Amino acid sequence: MTNFNAHLSDVQRRAFLKSTGLTLAALGASGPLQVLAQTSNTLTIAYNVDLPSWDPTVGPSAVNPTIQALYKSVLSQFIDQNADLSLKPDVLTQWGWNADRSKISMTVRKGAKWHDGSALTAEDVAWSLRRAADPATGNPIQFVWGKITNIKAEGDKVTADVKEFEPSLFKWMAFLTGYVMPKAYYEKVGKEGFEKKPVGSGPYMVEEFVSGSHMKLKAFRDYFGPKPVFESVIIKFVTDPSARVAEIESGRSDMTMEIPLEEFDRLKSKGLGGTNAPVSDIGMIFLTNVEPMLNANVRKALAMSINKKALTDKLMRGAALPIDTLQANTYEAFDPSTKVPYDLAKAKALMEQAGYSKDKPLKFKVQTTRGFKPKDFEVMQAVVGMWKTIGVEAELEVYEVAKHYELRSQHKLAPAAFYNWGNAIGDPSTSTGFAMFSMSPHSAWKTKDVDDLIGPLWGEKDEAKRIAGYKKADKYIADNAYVIPLFQYKQTVMFRKGIKAAPHGAGFVQPQSVTRA
Amino acid sequence: MSPQLLFKRLLLALPTLFGVGLVVFILMRVVPGDPIAMMIPPGASPQDIATLRAHYGLDHSIAVQFGIWVKEVLHGNFGTSITFRQDVLDLIGERLPATLELGIVAMLLACVLGGIVGVLSSAWHGGALAGLLDGGAALVQSIPDFLWGLVFILVFGVLLPWLPVSGRLDPALSQDAGTGFILLSNVARGRWDIVGSLLSHMVAPALALGLPVSAMLARVLKASMQEALGSDYVMLARLKGLSGTRVLLREALPNAITPTLSLSAVQFAFLLGGTVLIERLFSYPGIGSLAITAVIGRDLPLIQAVVLTFAVLFISINLAVDTLVVALNPRLRGSKA
Repeated sequence: MTNFNAHLSDVQRRAFLKSTGLTLAALGASGPLQVLAQTSNTLTIAYNVDLPSWDPTVGPSAVNPTIQALYKSVLSQFIDQNADLSLKPDVLTQWGWNADRSKISMTVRKGAKWHDGSALTAEDVAWSLRRAADPATGNPIQFVWGKITNIKAEGDKVTADVKEFEPSLFKWMAFLTGYVMPKAYYEKVGKEGFEKKPVGSGPYMVEEFVSGSHMKLKAFRDYFGPKPVFESVIIKFVTDPSARVAEIESGRSDMTMEIPLEEFDRLKSKGLGGTNAPVSDIGMIFLTNVEPMLNANVRKALAMSINKKALTDKLMRGAALPIDTLQANTYEAFDPSTKVPYDLAKAKALMEQAGYSKDKPLKFKVQTTRGFKPKDFEVMQAVVGMWKTIGVEAELEVYEVAKHYELRSQHKLAPAAFYNWGNAIGDPSTSTGFAMFSMSPHSAWKTKDVDDLIGPLWGEKDEAKRIAGYKKADKYIADNAYVIPLFQYKQTVMFRKGIKAAPHGAGFVQPQSVTRA
Repeated sequence: MSPQLLFKRLLLALPTLFGVGLVVFILMRVVPGDPIAMMIPPGASPQDIATLRAHYGLDHSIAVQFGIWVKEVLHGNFGTSITFRQDVLDLIGERLPATLELGIVAMLLACVLGGIVGVLSSAWHGGALAGLLDGGAALVQSIPDFLWGLVFILVFGVLLPWLPVSGRLDPALSQDAGTGFILLSNVARGRWDIVGSLLSHMVAPALALGLPVSAMLARVLKASMQEALGSDYVMLARLKGLSGTRVLLREALPNAITPTLSLSAVQFAFLLGGTVLIERLFSYPGIGSLAITAVIGRDLPLIQAVVLTFAVLFISINLAVDTLVVALNPRLRGSKA
């Protein structure tokens, strides 16, 4: 047996080595197989989310802020936003209220066209608003669109009655589900037809869409706005961060975003361009009005013992800015005078007043996601560590974001829970309002004192009074530590040499915003 | 396998599928993560939430929802995806061919690599090279497929950027939807540019999926080969003066391959399960990445259909291999097993 095997060994070892050598030689000769990202008139972006559906007014995609930039490349909104979140014309060139805030009127842009060449009319705008306001379509922003009624189109004007004053109505026209849809085309091809071949009036037309893989866009010659620099755009849906790093580092994509913070520094040191700019998204700890959070001393001690600067500078590597209220500094109701100091001595004293110390620690559960946002788990680990120094032994529970949504809507979150809160329109009603008002399905702290401050602001017609009211509410909430805002996120965008991408305050990474350096 | 036995096996598959459907249906409604809670916008009133729940048919009890679902499924309607807003069967029909092509390529790679290593390791049994191959196989098998995926992204995507690490086809090449079996249809059409692009996109994910399977196949094949090499008929072949290679490949291998083939079928089914993570990692538009998207979005109709599809694949593969094993091994013909 041994000799037999030895004979075989000699024969086959030679054959094996020979074939291996040939294979390696063939691989070496073949060289790089991939087609690298174009340097010509095509822009290739490795995007961090997939686009499941082309209708921006229904389904989960409609309320996913990250997907909006993809929609905005193809479809126009009623109103657009500047990088500082202020409003600017899109399909509507003018908009406003009547004197008693019971009617709205809007002027539709003249000469705008759909990608199929037909004219975009006031009837398209009116139909889009009617469709949004119809609960049967499943539009999730009913609480805004449902307030509009009696919508009429006449010439280039659209008018409507408003059943109940909504201060942020026009801001919503620049946000989730605020898109102008092509009436004639949609009625002709139906829901399925629109998904297969979407027609918009935005800067790019859809040339090819492969669900879960990529889409190819082509510049729309008749676009009413500034012409995009790149004639063609390929957007690859690359949901894994490591794969996105590989895409940009290998040169297969010209641009990508939301990569690990460590990779951002490394790639920049290798000569790639990149921006790390603040966006309208904050990291915060929801407190629920259950024990032990009903004790004001405990809440205040928890808030004061968190070194936010250490979190943002060290852990987040500068990719976040500390905040003390739910208003980031680009939001309208931001008040720099409202502060929550980092004061460890005072925090310890407050805990002692509440009857807790390192020897007699307070125990409760804290919930967090892991990997849903950059370093979410690590941040909460650090926070739990900071709390330990004042006599808190918090048990950290990791859960899926889906569970967070469900628990929050049922008011069953743990006493403290980490979450990120986006507010692309920067209005205080969509941050403090919905995060802290007890009737909101998204609030965790539900008490009458806060409702008394926020409640009257929902229908406040005097804008200055409304903003001042929210500033007052924010100060009250901060003084009572009903929520613990941690930081405003920055968004990492990475691009190759020769191009540049202007950051947008809402975090929109849009091909039409990319220019040559 | 006789037609009667085949029919019996097919009949037995029905309760299995019903059980899978029932378990998944209940599980997805009991575990935390309400799809409507994920869609609730700021400011939604309880009425708005109730309207949304009714819009997606989630306002009934679980029993009623299951009854409606079974009735619809029996009429061929698996529902509409909450996330994609498309008929779930159409969605699966679009994505399944990509997964099957990837799975088959991965399995072929695994069989070729596993076969070569298994045969060589048997041939060199007792030597240093065999030890190296066995050790290598053990190491390869102990590393899970998704970790291989990350390694290949680093190696082939960054260090030696020879291969694409995302997608199925170079976006610069137009993709003819057709049946979805793009690789097969373009081989048939002789479009070698597309075939090349498809294969280059498949290499890294297929290797990630196939390597652990290849190691397992190599080890099982080697064990079977060792057993066969010690048998009487091999001894007889040697006495007849047949060459070592001929004895190994013509006498021992055909007899040793049956258990490896049975194992490869089971492994193929598990390999397809592995596409869930690997497709996500490589942004490969198959049913695996669809499953992840469905789970993240709590897309209940889609999750149910995807799980049922995997169950059907699992049953079909096992049935096909059982039939093949019987066809290849005369001793099993006529057996009722």
